[in-house]
Amino acid sequence: MADSTKTIEMEVLRYRPEQDKEPFYQTYSVPFTDDWSVLQGLQYIKDDLDSSLSFRWSCRMAICGSCGVMIDGVPKLGCRTFLRHYHPNKVRVGPLEHFPIERDLVVVVEDFIKKLESIKPYIIPKEPRKLEQGEYLQTPAQLEKFRQFSTCINCMLCYAACPQYGLDSKFTGPGILALLHRYNADSRDGGQEERMNLGHSEEGVWGCTAVAYCSEVCPKGVDPANAINQNKMGSAIDYFLRFVAPRGAGK
Amino acid sequence: MSAQMDKRRPYIRSMNSWWKRDPYFIRYMGMEATSVLVALYAAILLVGLLRLSQSEAAYNGWLDALKSGPSIALHAVILVVFLYHLWSWFKVMPKTMPMIFVDGKKLPAETITYTGVTVAVVVNVIVLIILV
Repeated sequence: MADSTKTIEMEVLRYRPEQDKEPFYQTYSVPFTDDWSVLQGLQYIKDDLDSSLSFRWSCRMAICGSCGVMIDGVPKLGCRTFLRHYHPNKVRVGPLEHFPIERDLVVVVEDFIKKLESIKPYIIPKEPRKLEQGEYLQTPAQLEKFRQFSTCINCMLCYAACPQYGLDSKFTGPGILALLHRYNADSRDGGQEERMNLGHSEEGVWGCTAVAYCSEVCPKGVDPANAINQNKMGSAIDYFLRFVAPRGAGK
Repeated sequence: MSAQMDKRRPYIRSMNSWWKRDPYFIRYMGMEATSVLVALYAAILLVGLLRLSQSEAAYNGWLDALKSGPSIALHAVILVVFLYHLWSWFKVMPKTMPMIFVDGKKLPAETITYTGVTVAVVVNVIVLIILV
């Protein structure tokens, strides 16, 4: 390693279900250079110090959404957070808050995946369309209505930032509700009514109390708090409209 | 179930004192707590209205009570809390609104916040001028 190598103390949360009753912090001394990310620090630990450490990662360039961890208590992507910002202090790395810990820095994501499927995160065409009819055309203005919300990488940092999800995991949560809005706001989509059965509910947009930390920690600028809360007005109007114009008995 | 699956024992962390965990949450709780004093002030005004409906003497009694030392101290605290409430309310406002596009560009959150705060300050100054 180059002369500019420094050493940082990394405190990493360990939990090995087969032997540990509860999680504890283990300290590792990690030599690093200025270009090292927290993820690289974890990889150094695994490769050179302790091969038993478990954590998720893949792309190393903030697009796969795998390496989300709590860094000094703040949800961040390990690959786009640099060790030099914490040195000479130590840095504490833990698994994402509000999810059960599977092992070390790995959290249980079944609930997230199940909810992601439940909002039908794909375009439901308004009407059947034949191949000969060609592609859907969309104006830049129509694109802007949902573009920001489509940049979500499912990294779940927003869930680790959302106390409402932590207190009651029935709440669908920020990222997925932002995706729900992303498809609803798409001019090609006709699935709004199907999705909003969930969206209008307590588990949907109304479970949000506008803490808005989700938007703060999002590494992609999705602003889930905006996606959720702009749906509250529509949801309230929808609720009161049923008194004016009752819907079919089947609904 | 395989032997490997048997070893799964997901650990669920406690949410006790969750709001002390992050300064962001403390500010959020502070913002929420301001509404208690907003409600208290609404109650003070409602009592005034009630006294007004009773008699002139009752209303004057309420006015005198407002001029007492503890009442002025309370109002000073309420004023400070209201200012924080005002600021935090308009800070959240852009999150609660549909996106506004001007010339194809999204209106920045700061513009909405500062416009709201400016309007609130102007309205308050006008009310103050009318009252004084």
